[in-house]
Amino acid sequence: MLEAHGLTIPARLHDVTAQLGRGRVTAICGPNGAGKSTLLSALTGLIAPVSGTVTLTAQPLDQIPADERARRIGYLPQTAHVAWNLSVRTLVGLGRLPHRTSALEDARVIDEAMATMQLGDFADRRIATLSGGERARALLARVLATQPQWILADEPLAALDLAHQRSLVISLRQLAQEGAGVVLVVHDLALAMNTADHVVVLDKGRVAALGAPQKALSEQVIAKVWGMTARWLGERGHQALAL
Amino acid sequence: MTGPKPPLTLSLSKGLALALAITLPLSLLAGQVWIDPFGPPVPNATAILIELRLPRAILALILGAGLGAAGAAMQGYLRNPLADPGLFGIAPAAALGAVLSFYSGYQAQAILLPLFALIGAGGAMALLALIAGRSGGIALFTLAGMMIASLAGALTSLAISLSPNPFALSEIVTWLMGALADRSWHEVRLVAPLTAIGMVALWRAAPGLDALSLGEDAARSLGFEPSRLLWLMIAGVGLIVGSGVAVAGMIGFVGLMVPHFVRPFTDQRPSATLLPSALAGALLLLIADCLCRILPLAGGELRLGIALSLAGAPFFLRLLLKMRKELA
Repeated sequence: MLEAHGLTIPARLHDVTAQLGRGRVTAICGPNGAGKSTLLSALTGLIAPVSGTVTLTAQPLDQIPADERARRIGYLPQTAHVAWNLSVRTLVGLGRLPHRTSALEDARVIDEAMATMQLGDFADRRIATLSGGERARALLARVLATQPQWILADEPLAALDLAHQRSLVISLRQLAQEGAGVVLVVHDLALAMNTADHVVVLDKGRVAALGAPQKALSEQVIAKVWGMTARWLGERGHQALAL
Repeated sequence: MTGPKPPLTLSLSKGLALALAITLPLSLLAGQVWIDPFGPPVPNATAILIELRLPRAILALILGAGLGAAGAAMQGYLRNPLADPGLFGIAPAAALGAVLSFYSGYQAQAILLPLFALIGAGGAMALLALIAGRSGGIALFTLAGMMIASLAGALTSLAISLSPNPFALSEIVTWLMGALADRSWHEVRLVAPLTAIGMVALWRAAPGLDALSLGEDAARSLGFEPSRLLWLMIAGVGLIVGSGVAVAGMIGFVGLMVPHFVRPFTDQRPSATLLPSALAGALLLLIADCLCRILPLAGGELRLGIALSLAGAPFFLRLLLKMRKELA
């Protein structure tokens, strides 16, 4: 369990408490400036709260050594920029940095991560030659190569077209089914409704709603938090938001 | 850490090491007095080789390796192929220290010059750590380095303009141009351990530099503390550049150029460019110094610092134009 207990970061988060479980996809939603990325950073251990704590299986995150934390929590930042024109294999291999395993073991895990993200044919391609969708998959494969228990991703679907969004969502759901805790910052409420098992809605740095998507993203919550009248259409799992 | 070592990087390093092994003995034969091993004996050949050319060649290897590795590390740290060890402001600060030693008089200068240069480099390193060390932010670090470089440059100009006598003025200006001429084993003994410690610091920073390719947040999430990385960079680049300036004056562009020569033959991770850059830097400085020694020039030999600037500036311009095309 990854838990936030009364997290406060001045001007960004106020007394945020949430419990996130493994084996499910959790979406963090909210308007711009609600504190979604800040919460994700705090859950990764990148930002220390002024008050409150983050615990990972009941152990305060700041007491876990940095390399162990890195092996347990994989973080995918919003930016897709990579400084050098690495090959896909080299990029994915950066996910092995927190480990001290043999080169052979590293190579095996890298191949596995690339296979999971269907990147086998791209192994020797330079990232500058990849499309946005292929690059997103390569970056996620880099996180998978760490073999983390948790995958925390900041808007991983934002720059992708529908087909690539769907492909990445299927992969993330698959990872959750295999036991990983997947936490995503998501702007698209329909995507959160149809993909997530659990939703945390933030508004002005506070938790506005929490729970199953049907409850946390109800029309009343959307009206209150986003100030918009909206209606959910369609069947569960295939819902669209009509404004 | 990222699978088996790419054979390309390994063969590049082997090739460069072989080139060095061939070039080093050949370079010892070249100079104002050519020594032909198969020709008639040259008077004082042993003294020329052991006391003059060998320390000079070893110095070229040490300085070139240090500057090459420091350049590769800087480019990795700043995630910018145009970065150069000079950006930290450590070289100008070391130069300022050295220039101040010229006020001490000729007798004391031999000891005080490297000492003052090291104090200058150490002061710049401490200032960098004080300004940017806590947050470990790269942008603040770069700006602090530029500020230190600018301040040290202005103070050096002031020191030159207040020069005690015309002889000192001429000495300062000549020294600032950078050269390996007239250096001895004394300089080798001074620079070798400091460069070695600096290289170890950069080597330890290497995995963090790889992680930085993904950005600062991703690097931190992979378990790398920015402040630790910053300290390693300050120590590594500071010791290499500071000790280099202390014994040879200002030698620029090696750190900028060399990583570009080797990067296409590696998998492009910053850590993969460190060793080949060190070897290529050593080779470049050895050849450049040898050319400076044998080029016929009225009034002595061409200063190494000038020669490298003459080659480096057009290289930098070409790089800028290439990057402009890529960004367009």
